[in-house]
Amino acid sequence: MADKLNLQLQVWRQDSSEATGEFHYYSMKDVPVDISFLEMLDILNEDLTKDGIMPISFDSDCREGICGTCGFVINGIAHGPEKKTTVCQLHMRHFKDGDTLVIEPFRATPFKIVRDLVVDRSSFDRIIQAGGFISANTGNAPDANSILISKDQVEDAFDSAACIGCGACVASCPNASGALFTSAKISHLSKLPQGKVEASERVTNMVKTMDSEGFGSCSNHAECEAVCPKGISISNIALMRKSLLKSII
Amino acid sequence: MIKSSSAAPEKEIVTSVSKLNGKTPSGDLNDKWSKYKSSIKLVNPANKRKFNVIVVGTGLAGASASATLAELGYNVKTFCIQDTPRRAHSIAAQGGINAAKNYQNDGDSVHRLFIDTIKGGDYRAREANVHRLAEISTSIIDQCVAQGVPFARDYGGLLTNRSFGGAQVSRTFYARGQTGQQLLLGAYSSMMRQAAKKQIDFYPNREMLDLILVDGVARGIVVRNLKTGEIESHTAEAVVLCTGGYGNVYYLSTNGKGSNATAAWRCHQKGALMANPCFAQIHPTCIPASGDFQSKLTLMSESLRNDGRVWVPKSQEDKREPDLIPDSDRDYFLERMYPAYGNLVPRDVGSRAIKRVCDDGLGLEPTGKAVYLDFGSAIDRLGNKNISEKYGNLFDMYQTITGDSPYKKPMKIYPAIHYIMGGLWVDYDLMSNIPGLFVLGEANFSDHGANRLGASALMQGLADGYFVIPYTLGNYLASNSFEPVSQNSEEVKEGVEFAKNKSKSLMNIKGSSTVLELHRELGAVMWDLVGMSRTKESLTEAIEKIPQIKEKFWNDLKIVGDDSNLNKALENAGRLADFIELGELMATDALNREESCGAHFREEYQTEEGEPLRNDGQFDFVAAWEYVPNGNPILHKEDLDYKFVEMTQRNYK
Ligand SMILES: Cc1cc2nc3c(=O)[nH]c(=O)nc-3n(C[C@H](O)[C@H](O)[C@H](O)COP(=O)(O)OP(=O)(O)OC[C@H]3O[C@@H](n4cnc5c(N)ncnc54)[C@H](O)[C@@H]3O)c2cc1C
Ligand code: FES
Repeated sequence: MADKLNLQLQVWRQDSSEATGEFHYYSMKDVPVDISFLEMLDILNEDLTKDGIMPISFDSDCREGICGTCGFVINGIAHGPEKKTTVCQLHMRHFKDGDTLVIEPFRATPFKIVRDLVVDRSSFDRIIQAGGFISANTGNAPDANSILISKDQVEDAFDSAACIGCGACVASCPNASGALFTSAKISHLSKLPQGKVEASERVTNMVKTMDSEGFGSCSNHAECEAVCPKGISISNIALMRKSLLKSII
Repeated sequence: MIKSSSAAPEKEIVTSVSKLNGKTPSGDLNDKWSKYKSSIKLVNPANKRKFNVIVVGTGLAGASASATLAELGYNVKTFCIQDTPRRAHSIAAQGGINAAKNYQNDGDSVHRLFIDTIKGGDYRAREANVHRLAEISTSIIDQCVAQGVPFARDYGGLLTNRSFGGAQVSRTFYARGQTGQQLLLGAYSSMMRQAAKKQIDFYPNREMLDLILVDGVARGIVVRNLKTGEIESHTAEAVVLCTGGYGNVYYLSTNGKGSNATAAWRCHQKGALMANPCFAQIHPTCIPASGDFQSKLTLMSESLRNDGRVWVPKSQEDKREPDLIPDSDRDYFLERMYPAYGNLVPRDVGSRAIKRVCDDGLGLEPTGKAVYLDFGSAIDRLGNKNISEKYGNLFDMYQTITGDSPYKKPMKIYPAIHYIMGGLWVDYDLMSNIPGLFVLGEANFSDHGANRLGASALMQGLADGYFVIPYTLGNYLASNSFEPVSQNSEEVKEGVEFAKNKSKSLMNIKGSSTVLELHRELGAVMWDLVGMSRTKESLTEAIEKIPQIKEKFWNDLKIVGDDSNLNKALENAGRLADFIELGELMATDALNREESCGAHFREEYQTEEGEPLRNDGQFDFVAAWEYVPNGNPILHKEDLDYKFVEMTQRNYK
């Protein structure tokens, strides 16, 4: 494998939510394979700045795949070609010399573009506000070991709780559904004894808010699961549907 | 105030003669906090809604404080720079959170956690604060479990623990390698619950650029809307700053890219004292930098040292692949040097040992700045499956970044900047010297002395937010009267003007150096001269070089675009301007502290074995610096005055 790559980038540029956007074309020479995708964009941004061109806006913070801040689409795939990997953890060794990379923001009605690759995902906060919590005021809690939870049960809840809220699921769904995100939180909480008390109210309210925020409905494409950097399973969506039914009956 | 001049090396340091008072309650250590709680003034429930409280930051400290204050009935406004509170830097914490539950029946107690923390901090923390932290620790775990935090459990359904450095008991609770994520999501969900009740108004994408003082009292903040560039002002009866640490002053660190000192520094410029700013923790086990374009360093959690063994080949000439080097040709140097704690020595001790073997030429190829962290014997003993359950996500992360699998090949690690013990000075109430400005979490200086033990930052952030601030803030609000502050008042207008001008002046430099270039330059000076080991010469050199970077910054910075919408370079430039000034203060503080303690290692002051040599008679104080515009900072001292613990030489052998 070459340890330096030459790449053609095609990047979505849009100055604001209202502006119209378009692709811009950039050539990158001698990109080291050991750096991350975002570091590659850092280099490009340095060059653009030197040339007096506005650098590409993209979001990132932890650069460790845990905060969920980063995220865009590379060649049609949210977070790029590597499975279970956020763009900040995607390394250039997964690309080939001479590749053309088309880079676009997460596109979905509920996610407005802020600038270039940055989108507004505040609808996720509103879904959580609708019920993604256990009502436990500080100071009221019983001793932690007074609630027994089997190892398997807690691991199962953890698998759902691992969602980082990046929005890749929405961006990759043909319906722009928020079902994977919403169901992951619902499952995390309802799989635990502490969360069962409010389970029925939670599912009703969260699903209602998801719908009112303009997310589409889930029709089992499973694209979301395929791109999820944390491997959140669509079985969460099934569980959400089940509890929704239960709460209606 | 009368000031005396003490001739510190080269740079003249003016020391205030009046001593700072930490306002620690009197009485026995064990009773201080309970006595405090039962004697403070309370705000009656119906009156709480008349008070507005601003919380800046939504990490563990800010999210827990916002939720708890809102539950009590205060009107809370919460701000953060990320696009949602859930992405605060706390989310990245991996290994775990300490609590003196003694679930393992291995001899833990509040007293032992207290002693370990005091000793780990090399006797430079305030006794009463640390004891309170240890007392509160147990309630934190209860609270988090009640919120649905999926801590690791045993087959019987009970909570399980792991060990962290600097302790001989197992008291660390964990949620896989994602403890910070789960704790933060717990606090965030409590916050969202209060937001739904309109008890919290939260403002994401806002950066605090100034503190509003009215008659010397903190009454509000000025923020920039990072999406629109608008400058906004918000007023309240108190400001609670929870803006995290400033490890990014070194450019490369394990901190999130957005972590910054700006909010704290602007408070400092408005009169808040900055305490022990040079106490910066270097974490022994991080993935080594791979090249010039490295944008951050990735931590490999301390929990790995439960099973990973640190070694280098005994001989510099030994270039064999690690699996071909027999045990007899390996130097497990931590186990050799510190048999009692072995691989689990505190971070400062571990980091220096690694640096020393690398400086001796035993570091690994290609850079010479790496040692092995080897799981071979743990995998032989416990099997791949067991190891993967404990550390799977960390191993995956390592492989993603380096391309190598730790199941097959030992990890390569090297120390990196990780955490800042220093921060804004606070008293026992967590209030700074500016009335009404409270500081919580990593942003304050109070609990970790000169070195923080692993898994204690999460504990402190949540202790401050869930269990300390609801009492101390209530006491403050009940004890003072407040006139309303109008948006048209001079103080508010001045703050807004200041923030606007700041952005404009950055945009107007129109030079040729990028923010990144200048930040790297500062980082290199800080790491080389104010880093893992420091000397009078290196610090003096830093104090010469940093103003040159400042000069270059203000004359040659280049930012493209404008300040009226999203402009990341502008954000970063504002933060860098503050990092530069802070860096100089850190060097000054380090130069002034003529002793070694914890993470602050001055080569001139070491024992024969190369361990830090404290000077308790002269330096058992908190160094709190006052900002002087265009002049040398003034040093204020708070004597540590240990009453319950004897200061001894730390010994992990
Ligand atoms: C990789 C990593 C792993 C770690 N692992 C552990 C561990 O296992 N155990 C442990 O105990 N500790 C660990 N730590 C340390 C611990 O995570 C931090 O010390 C702690 O989370 C800090 O919490 P905080 O609430 O004080 O601040 P942060 O979580 O840093 O939050 C700061 C908040 O302030 C906001 N903010 C900052 N500046 C401004 C501004 N100017 N205006 C408005 N808002 C602002 C940010 O948006 C953010 O919401 C780890 C740290 C790192 C880097
Ligand atoms: S930047 Fe945090 S997940 Fe990518």
